[in-house]
Amino acid sequence: MKLDSRAPTGPIEQAWEKARFEMKLVNPANKRKFNVIVVGSGLAGGSAAASLGELGYNVKCFCFQDSPRRAHSIAAQGGINAAKNYQNDGDSIYRLFYDTVKGGDFRAREHNVYRLAQISVNIIDQCVAQGVPFAREYGGLLANRSFGGAQVSRTFYARGQTGQQLLLGAYQALEAQVDAGRVQMLPRTEMLDLVVVNGRARGIVTRNLVTGKIETHVADAVILATGGYGNVFYLSTNAKGSNCTAIWRAHKRGAAFANPCFTQIHPTCIPVSGDYQSKLTLMSESLRNDGRIWVPKQPGDKRQPSQIPENERDYYLERRYPSFGNLVPRDVASRAAKAVCDEGRGVGETGLGVYLDFADAIKRLGSHTIGERYGNLFEMYERITGEDPYKTPMRIYPAIHYTMGGLWVDYQLMSTIPGLFVLGEANFSDHGANRLGASALMQGLSDGYFVIPYTLGNYLASNKLEKIDASAPEFTLAVADVEDKIKRLLSIKGKRTVASFHRELGKIIWDYCGMSRNADGLRTAIGKVRALREEFWQNLNVPGSEGDLNQQLEGAGRVADFFELGELMCLDALERNESCGGHFREEFQTEDGEALRDDEHYQYVAAWEYAGPDVAPVLNKEPLEFEYVHPAQRSYK
Amino acid sequence: MNLTLHVWRQKNGSSQGRMERYDANDVNADMSFLEMLDVVNEKLIAEGKEPIAFEHDCREGICGSCGFMINGIAHGPQRGTTVCQLHMRHFKDGDELFLEPWRARAFPVIKDLVVDRGAFDRIIASGGYVTAQTGSAPDGNTLPIPKEDADRAMDAAACIGCGACVAACPNASAALFTGAKISHLGLLPQGQAERSRRALRMVAQYNAELFGSCTNIGECEAVCPKEIRLEVIARMNRDYLKARLRDRG
Repeated sequence: MKLDSRAPTGPIEQAWEKARFEMKLVNPANKRKFNVIVVGSGLAGGSAAASLGELGYNVKCFCFQDSPRRAHSIAAQGGINAAKNYQNDGDSIYRLFYDTVKGGDFRAREHNVYRLAQISVNIIDQCVAQGVPFAREYGGLLANRSFGGAQVSRTFYARGQTGQQLLLGAYQALEAQVDAGRVQMLPRTEMLDLVVVNGRARGIVTRNLVTGKIETHVADAVILATGGYGNVFYLSTNAKGSNCTAIWRAHKRGAAFANPCFTQIHPTCIPVSGDYQSKLTLMSESLRNDGRIWVPKQPGDKRQPSQIPENERDYYLERRYPSFGNLVPRDVASRAAKAVCDEGRGVGETGLGVYLDFADAIKRLGSHTIGERYGNLFEMYERITGEDPYKTPMRIYPAIHYTMGGLWVDYQLMSTIPGLFVLGEANFSDHGANRLGASALMQGLSDGYFVIPYTLGNYLASNKLEKIDASAPEFTLAVADVEDKIKRLLSIKGKRTVASFHRELGKIIWDYCGMSRNADGLRTAIGKVRALREEFWQNLNVPGSEGDLNQQLEGAGRVADFFELGELMCLDALERNESCGGHFREEFQTEDGEALRDDEHYQYVAAWEYAGPDVAPVLNKEPLEFEYVHPAQRSYK
Repeated sequence: MNLTLHVWRQKNGSSQGRMERYDANDVNADMSFLEMLDVVNEKLIAEGKEPIAFEHDCREGICGSCGFMINGIAHGPQRGTTVCQLHMRHFKDGDELFLEPWRARAFPVIKDLVVDRGAFDRIIASGGYVTAQTGSAPDGNTLPIPKEDADRAMDAAACIGCGACVAACPNASAALFTGAKISHLGLLPQGQAERSRRALRMVAQYNAELFGSCTNIGECEAVCPKEIRLEVIARMNRDYLKARLRDRG
C-alpha cells in the first residue's frame, strides 16, 4: 500500500493557499450532477453536508439517530479554540500550530495541523454569523477562557454547551439545505457497508432502523464523518450509540486504519459508582481553570475533604508541574491521577477518584461568578452524584473520551480508497498522540466547512467516473454480506446479551490497553479478546427480528465490529515500542515517570491494512517530518 | 428498593398497544432511570422476552433523544431533568410507576416508548436558521452584542428538542419549542434580516404538522428539562403578528 500524504511543498504558511489554487474546480452548473453521500451529521458531517448543499451538490446525509441534531458533538462542553488573539496575550496561528503539534507529542502531520490553525479563525466568524450565542464580555465582544496545554486564552465557548450550540448552528444550516431540496436527510438509517467499484468508493449499504429494510445508495463520492471509537471501552464519555461500524467496514473494504492505539483518557469525569453503570459523564476540562486538584498526603485517609487541613493535602499537579499547574494536557493529568490512586491516596468509596476543589475560586470570585462559568456543569454533577460542588469538592477520575486514531487520510482528507473522504474524529489526521482540549470541535468544523468543499471538488473534477447503478455486482455482493451477518447474529440464540459481551470486552481493553500498557498485558489482551469474540459468535442472544426497530440487533452488529477493532488497537499498541501522548507503555518512561518517545524508530504514522479474516493485518508506515516544530521531550514543568 | 413498572408496549406504528406490568427489584439509588430500565431489559432478554424499546443516546441530558412519561409527568418528577439524568434516589421502595410514550398526533409511536419527532426537524427546516453561506462571514468581533442579549439568546438556544413540552401540553402544542428557536435567533442582530420570514414560515409549518395551539397553560415550562421560559412563546406571537401585519402592508 502506498501512502502519499499529498502535503504541499514550500513554506507551510502558504501551503493551503497554494494547494487550493492548484485544485481543480467543478463548474457551478455541473455540481448538481454529482451525488455525494455524507454519513454522520455531527460537527464534521453536518457542516460538510450543509456546505456542499450550498455549493449545489446533490447530497444525501445519513445518521442513525432520529434527528441530525442528536449527533454526539452535541455533548461537547468546554469550547472551541481559535487563534484570534482577541486577548492580546501573544496568540497567533503559529502558536496554535505549535501547541497542537507539541500537545500531540510529535505524532501528527505538520501540514494538516498548520491548516487547522489557519482555518480556526474562519470557524468562529462562520459560527457567529449563524447566530451561535457565544459568551460575551460586557462590551459585547467575544469572551475567551483558557484550556489545558496552552498558556494563552483562545477558547471560545457558549456556557458549558459549546458543542450543542455549534452543532445546532451546523444542523440549522443543514436543515436549510434540506428545505432548499439540495440535501436529502435520512435519519434512523445506519451505514452497514461501503461499496467499492473499480477501486473507488461508489456507494453504501444501509439499514433502515425502523423497518429493517436493507438499501443501497450510489454516489460519486462517499464522506464518512461518523466519529470516534471510544465505545470499544464500553464505559466511555461517548453516547451509547457511538460506534465504529462505518469506519471499520470501510477499513475492511481497503481503507487503512491509522494509529488505532492513540486513544485519549480525559482526566475529569465522574467516577464509576457501580456495576450497572452504562456510561461515564465528563466534567469539562474548563473546570481546571478554577478548580484545584488534590488528594490527601497520607494513603488511606478516609476523612471528609473538609476535615483534611491544608497542610495534609497534596495539590499534585501544581507540585509536579509548577508552570502549567492544573492546566497540563489531558494525558499528563490522567496519568498523574492514576499514579496517586495507585499509591492508595485516591478518594471516594472505590479509591478511584481525586478531588477537584472550587473552594479557593469561590472565595476569590464569589459563587455567582463561578455559577456563571460552570453552573450547568455543577448542576449536572449534583444530579448524578447527589453532592453539591459549591459546598464539597467534586470527585473525578479519568475516562476514555476521544480517539485520535482513525482512518488514514491524506492532506485532502481522502482515505486510501479513492473517493472515500473521512472527516472529524473518524480520521486520524490532526491530533497526533494526544488531543488538546477544545480542538475536537475546531477540527470537525474545519474539515466540514472549509476543507472538504475544496478537496471534494478537486477529486470530482480530476477523475472521470464511470456511470454505474445499484445493479452493479459489487452492490449485490455487499447487500448479501450485510444480510448474511444480520441473519447470523439473530440465529445464534445463545445465552448472553449484547451488553454483557460489550462490558467484558471494554474491561479487557481498559485493563490492558487503557491509561498504561505493557507488552505482556497487550499480548494477554489479544488472547482474551479473541476468546471472547469466539464466544460472542456462539453464545450471543439477540431477541426480536430483523424486520422492525430492534435496538439489540443494532448493538450486536456494532459490538461485533468493536471486537475486531479492539484487537487491532492492542496490536498497534504492542507494535509501538515507545510512549507518546495517550499511548503510555510502562517499559518506556523517564525516571520521573514521564512518557519517553523514540523518535528514531517510531516517528511515523502506523497505517494498518486489512488482509482478510483472521489474517494478520499489514503495517504500513508514513514517516513524519518536522520542519517547523522540532521534536523535544514535552515539558509542562 | 423494589418497584413495580407498568410500561406501554406497542410492536410498531400500526399495531395496538397495551400496558404491561414488570417488577424492578434491587434497584440501586445511584442508578439513573435508564440504567434501571437497562437492568429490567437484561432480565427480560434472559427470560426470552423482547426488551422495552426506549430512545436514548448521550445519557448526559443534552442530546434530547430520551424522554417518556413517568406517572403522567414528562421526564418524571424531578424539575429541569431529562430521564437519563433522573436518578433512582428520587424514588422509594414500593413505588408503582407508569411509563408511557409522548402522546401527540404529531409524534406517532414507532415502538413502545419510541416516537417519531421528525416534525421538529421540519419546523427548523422551514426557517429556524440564519442564512450565512459558508465562507461569507465577517470577523466575529465586527458586531458587538450586549452580554445581556447574548445571555438571553443562549437561554432560549438551550432547547434540546426532546418534545416534553408537546407531551405535557393538553393541546399538544409545540409553541415552546418553536418559540425557543424564534427567540434565540430574534434576540441576536444576526437574526434580524430573516426575522419576519422566520416567524411566518415556522408557524405555518407548525400548523401543518398538526400541533395544537397554545392556550397559555404553562405545563410545557414546568416540564422543560432546560427550563425554557414561557416568554419565548410571547416573543413568537409578537414576531408572528408583526410579520402578518407587515405582510398586509
